[in-house]
Amino acid sequence: MSLAVELAGVSFGYRPGQRVLEDVDLELGEGEFVALAGPNGGGKTTLVRIMLGLERPTRGTALLYGEPAHRFSRRRALGYLAQRSELGGDAPATVREVVSAGRLAAGGLIGPLRRRDRERVTDAIARVGLERVADAPLRTLSGGMQQRAFIAKALAGEPSLLVLDEPTTGVDAESQESLALLLGELHRDLGVTIVYVSHEFGAVEHVVERLVLVRRTIVFDGSPDDLPGVWHDPSHVHARD
Amino acid sequence: MLETEFMRLALGAGAVVGVLAPAVGFFLVQRRQSLTGDGIGHVAFAGVAVGILLDVSPVLTALVAAVLGGVAIELLRTHGRAAGDQALALVFYTGIALGVVLVAQAGALNVGLFQYLFGSILTVTRSDLALVALLGACGLATIGLFYRPLAGVVIDEEGARVAGVPIAALNVMLAALAAVTVALSMRVVGILLVAALMVLPVSAAGRIAWSMRSTLVLSMVIGLGSALAGLTLSYYADLPPGGTIVLVAAGTFAVCALTGVLRGR
Repeated sequence: MSLAVELAGVSFGYRPGQRVLEDVDLELGEGEFVALAGPNGGGKTTLVRIMLGLERPTRGTALLYGEPAHRFSRRRALGYLAQRSELGGDAPATVREVVSAGRLAAGGLIGPLRRRDRERVTDAIARVGLERVADAPLRTLSGGMQQRAFIAKALAGEPSLLVLDEPTTGVDAESQESLALLLGELHRDLGVTIVYVSHEFGAVEHVVERLVLVRRTIVFDGSPDDLPGVWHDPSHVHARD
Repeated sequence: MLETEFMRLALGAGAVVGVLAPAVGFFLVQRRQSLTGDGIGHVAFAGVAVGILLDVSPVLTALVAAVLGGVAIELLRTHGRAAGDQALALVFYTGIALGVVLVAQAGALNVGLFQYLFGSILTVTRSDLALVALLGACGLATIGLFYRPLAGVVIDEEGARVAGVPIAALNVMLAALAAVTVALSMRVVGILLVAALMVLPVSAAGRIAWSMRSTLVLSMVIGLGSALAGLTLSYYADLPPGGTIVLVAAGTFAVCALTGVLRGR
């Protein structure tokens, strides 16, 4: 299996002496569905930013599909749903407008979207089940539906690697379950590599193949079935030193 | 009113600025950078002062200063250690202080400044209108061509950055567009009120629109309507044109906000 992500001996601090991440080794194969979990402040988002080339490690190397992550040449292959994705201003963007923004890198920057790009947008909206509200303003939808729209936005770019950072923030338990099932379907149908980042992994435990727990370094890496019982209690992850 | 050439020229310049200012302001407002136009306006004031001191066209020097100031605000915001509002404050106060000192040096503290601070649309000449129309058309064409990436960055800047969209170049382009808009709007509503024409129509449109695109179009319509109605009102009621235009825009905002509340939004 060729590798999508390869981190070797990665350490990172935002200022000298700070240790947000320490000696992280992590390999993610193409087509894997991985949950990256750990306590808030444990370094998950930083790890993802290094993975995607948005930050450079203080020590160690970060490769994306074999290339240095910060100089990765095929960026349109990446889909990223940042933590707390939300619209900036007052404009009532519709689901279709949000999803169309996902075709920017693939569809070119100048002029209106071409027919093929518009079809990709429609397909992505249908895949997350939002066809009936495609032209509704996003702010009129529930938190779960808004997150589906942002997932569709990431899918519209036809990514090989999809990274979702805390996609269930502000989403009720029922919607978390249905979001997890949706991601399982996407993984199965599209074969896309998915990294699901969350401070708790209960919602996706049954759909991911691999669970990685991060607390400054990797403290567990394996199948959710092999996770010691005590780790299933999120408070354990939070309290342990 | 239309028999007089100065009013025809004023309405022409007002129409261009009335459409362009909200079109550029739309992207600034959505990115919570509503006061950027104000910051650039203060730098433009320093540019006016340089023009008066060197005895060259103050509009031209204001245009150059505004572009430099706009790009500086953007670079400070993204690369500097200062937070967005501090970057703005730095440029804001440096610009106005520099302007005051330079104008005093030129011995023109009381002469002609009023027209740049509060606008002087009734003194627009044919060549002024030609410049406003040319630059306005360039600005609107740029927005038309790059609407998708500019809107995409509003929707999800971090996602676009990861996917390789050239965010820095787009941000600098938006800053330059804002600077050109400020320089052109200076004659219409004045430096002190220019940001109002970039923000109020957009805020008003956001209360009644149903999509991003409709917000942009409605804000341009409201900007155009405010400019033309404000000029007409100022002609018949003998009021200052710049202030009247902005008050019409503010009144439109109040009506749209009320409509939005009544419609439960």
